[in-house]
Amino acid sequence: MARRIASVAAGAWLLLALPATTLAAPPPQALTPEHRQRLHDLLVQDCGSCHGLRMTGGLGPRLTPETLAGKDRESLEATVLHGRPGTAMPPWQGLLDQREVAWMIDQLLQGVEP
Amino acid sequence: MKPRLVPLLPLSLALLLALMLSACAQSPALRATGDLGIIVERGSGSLLLVEHSHQRRLARIEGLGDLSHASVVFSRDQRYAYVFGRDGGLTKVDLLRQRIDRRVVQGGNSIGGAISQDGRLIAVGNYEPGGLRVFDSDTLEPVADIPAPLLDTAAGVDSKRSRAVGVVDAPGQRFLFSLFDTGEIWSVDMTEPASPEISRYHDIGRQPYDALLTSDGRYYLAGLFGEDGMALLDLWQPEAGVERVLHHYGRGDQRLPVYKMPHLEGWTVAGDSAYVPAVGRHQVLVLDRNNWQQTDAIEVAGQPVFVMARPDARQIWVNFAHPDNHLVQVIDTRSHRIIDTLEPGPGVLHMEFTPRGEQVWLSVRDAGEVQVWDPYRLTRMATLPAEKPSGIFFTSRAHEIGL
Repeated sequence: MARRIASVAAGAWLLLALPATTLAAPPPQALTPEHRQRLHDLLVQDCGSCHGLRMTGGLGPRLTPETLAGKDRESLEATVLHGRPGTAMPPWQGLLDQREVAWMIDQLLQGVEP
Repeated sequence: MKPRLVPLLPLSLALLLALMLSACAQSPALRATGDLGIIVERGSGSLLLVEHSHQRRLARIEGLGDLSHASVVFSRDQRYAYVFGRDGGLTKVDLLRQRIDRRVVQGGNSIGGAISQDGRLIAVGNYEPGGLRVFDSDTLEPVADIPAPLLDTAAGVDSKRSRAVGVVDAPGQRFLFSLFDTGEIWSVDMTEPASPEISRYHDIGRQPYDALLTSDGRYYLAGLFGEDGMALLDLWQPEAGVERVLHHYGRGDQRLPVYKMPHLEGWTVAGDSAYVPAVGRHQVLVLDRNNWQQTDAIEVAGQPVFVMARPDARQIWVNFAHPDNHLVQVIDTRSHRIIDTLEPGPGVLHMEFTPRGEQVWLSVRDAGEVQVWDPYRLTRMATLPAEKPSGIFFTSRAHEIGL
């Protein structure tokens, strides 16, 4: 029992492989500077609670540009919006819209400074 | 080498004497450490040294690395703080000299730790590499390495070990911790530091996320994230194994998404009742401490993160996960009613009572301040600026089992 759970949890957070839904990314520059600051704070402080302020991982996986390189962007966005069942990653849909998530993924891909 | 030193000796003695005299002249007045505390400034990797007798900041101590999830324990003489940082840093801070005494980076990613019953050992729970590492509290030299079990991972993935959470000290020179990925509790007897004796408890439940020890040192209680319930180990009869309590407290209701893991700390007992945060629900759960049955579920404003008792146990203070983390609610332990809903400011992350409970300190991260409240009048007494403050730890923890 414990073994199966372990492999599910570890596998899920290592693979980042939720089925991608089709999401058209609108231009992220539509966000105001204040809005971007708020999202940056959320990314660093709240996402950082699990992923680390420097995105080097914690309870959640590492999300540095190197680890995210080559990942499918739509599945990254889907992971944030819908969460990852069986793990501690919650769905952010309802708190964040797709445009905001797209901007945050951009930040992660570029590297986040606390 | 030796002969060369001899002629220098009189000179160096004189020098030393002069230095000592000037040090005496300049050194601050004698002081004790019983009313000191550490506030973690998570963004800047620094600490504030504070004093709760006069509600003031004494110093900022910098250079502690990534403190995004940091916790602190204190030496038994209350002089040193040991800070566990996210980046695997273990830092020993001298509260009197107001500076870092020593620092090691002992792992890749850590979550917290504990100081042993005799004060000689510091244990750190690590996510990476998963397991427990034990250090000498004087020198921070490694004493023991207790790796967690390897996980079965998909082919091609680096081997990973189960992540350690909920590290506490327990009577009998033990450390206890839980393993998030493999659902275990381990109890480590460090009587012989060179050969730790490990007792493993399997199948305790899915994904233990944190744990606490009752203040009498008897019960270790691990909260489960992967299912509704908690795992209980009675250290008076460890051979009886782990018992599941609060089983299925949600009774099949859909759990809400969890935006911040609750914390189990500051064992919250008032009379015969214990108070714990429900995972993924806007509830504080109440248990009967005699039989560990749930007796009530108190509806609160959001998902609770910390559920802390005022030291006289008449009130329970609760803070919340995003998006309700601007609120704090105060529960009366006799009626289970919410007697006040405070709005200290954006991002209330942690609460710490002074040892006798006449003050409670709140870190209000996004306001950049720490607030001191009078929990009897429910009014604010003082405000101290701080850089993205998170955990607040007073030295009185030095003498609490499990903290």
